[in-house]
Amino acid sequence: MGIRITKPFQPLTPENLKKVHAYLGVYHLAEPDGTIYYIGFAGGRTLFGLNSELQREMQARAGKPAMFRYEVNMQYLSRHEELMMLHVADHGELPERNRRELKHKLGRLTPA
Amino acid sequence: MDYQLSDEQRIIIDTVRKFVREEILPLEDKLDPDAGDLEPEDKARLVAKVQDMGFYGLGIPPEFGGPDLDTTTQTLIAMELTQHRAGLYNPAYGVFGGAGLAQLFEATDAQKEKYLYPTLRGEKSTFFGLTEPSGGSDPARAIQTKAVRDGDDWVLNGSKIFISGADRADFGLLFARTDTDKGRGGVTCFIVDVPSPGFYVRRVVHTLRSTRYATEIQIENLRVPHKNILGEVNKGFAIANDRLTRQRIPYAAGCVGVAIKAQEMAIEYCKIRNTFGGPLASRQSIQWMIVDNELDIRTARYLCLDAAQKADRGEEFRTEAAMAKLVGSEAGGRVVDRAMQIFGGYGMTKDFPFERWYREMRIRRIGEGPSEVQRLVIARDIIGGAFH
Repeated sequence: MGIRITKPFQPLTPENLKKVHAYLGVYHLAEPDGTIYYIGFAGGRTLFGLNSELQREMQARAGKPAMFRYEVNMQYLSRHEELMMLHVADHGELPERNRRELKHKLGRLTPA
Repeated sequence: MDYQLSDEQRIIIDTVRKFVREEILPLEDKLDPDAGDLEPEDKARLVAKVQDMGFYGLGIPPEFGGPDLDTTTQTLIAMELTQHRAGLYNPAYGVFGGAGLAQLFEATDAQKEKYLYPTLRGEKSTFFGLTEPSGGSDPARAIQTKAVRDGDDWVLNGSKIFISGADRADFGLLFARTDTDKGRGGVTCFIVDVPSPGFYVRRVVHTLRSTRYATEIQIENLRVPHKNILGEVNKGFAIANDRLTRQRIPYAAGCVGVAIKAQEMAIEYCKIRNTFGGPLASRQSIQWMIVDNELDIRTARYLCLDAAQKADRGEEFRTEAAMAKLVGSEAGGRVVDRAMQIFGGYGMTKDFPFERWYREMRIRRIGEGPSEVQRLVIARDIIGGAFH
């Protein structure tokens, strides 16, 4: 299994979110040019899982266009850590919002 | 064997129990159901509180600053610290501290200065690199990572799997084969600084446990100074084996603690949940589950304390530790499973801790030596005459 999310981004719109169910999992948010600006997860305390988390993210953008992709995953915490480590391995640092929110030491990953 | 707690043990247990119920459980209600850490400010506050109580650094010998508690008392504490959602793998979220890599108590003075003391102060984090893709149950034969002497250094090549904390560690213990002809007598333990050239964390290994994941490590021409050998060349297996034996008692006690909490919740629930005009507690099928739970808990607790008391008397306790680990992990799984059955649909949800315990308890039958290896150890000692 590949460790990166390879599915394409899609616009963060109400129409597209109708197809996202209330599962737990992880997601990427990106600017329209594909630059990832946040790596998030929908955990066990969320009201409607990925759907409510992405709805909240869309509202926070206040009409500013964004892209998203997600992965349904019950191991959302370790997968979220892995995605953040992968981002650092690929881009040198975390997205600014993740840097701000991170409260623990992030691991080092050197994918083969 | 005397299972009557001393007055001092009673006070300690009551204090720890109160701490978990009043300090840990309310914070846990606000965390993700799979969380492995408290908020940093909460953790700092609780660590200070535990230090004031004099309990910080469980497992650390008094000469290194730990509390002067015998194995039996530590076992009883382990049964209390695990009685919450994250308790099995994150007892009290680590606010009671711990010994870290206990093998370092046997290190040289220079190694202690560089590695042990900073770890005990919480300044350095570590990993224990034993298991390899070729197997974990028989490390003496399965270890294929090789170390070859080159001047003042050793050059290591190989891989490790299921290693927790390697991605965040400042250093760790790596076991490598230094003599291919000697089996368990050809393994050496190296203290490895990370990150270092040639040490790569290749992937996160996702398991049933969503927090505190494991990693896979690749080692390519990693140079380790000769002075970083822990113990002696070709005597690393004894270091690994000692840990595996000692670790089994608290490991089993943790399973017992979770089982006690699951049983407590099941008893409470079966008294208030009504079906077909009466409480679940009035149904024989439920009563028998509660009875079977109690038998499992008491058997496992007995074996844990038996092993701990033997260790405290300075006697050989390998067989007893294996029995405690085997019965504790298997009984714990059965108790959690029955408690889920009593809770019905609610038992499957993340509203309650059972689903997390169920997943994590399953790992306990494999981790620190699977049930089959424990039986092998016990059989060898009984048949070989080393037992009794």
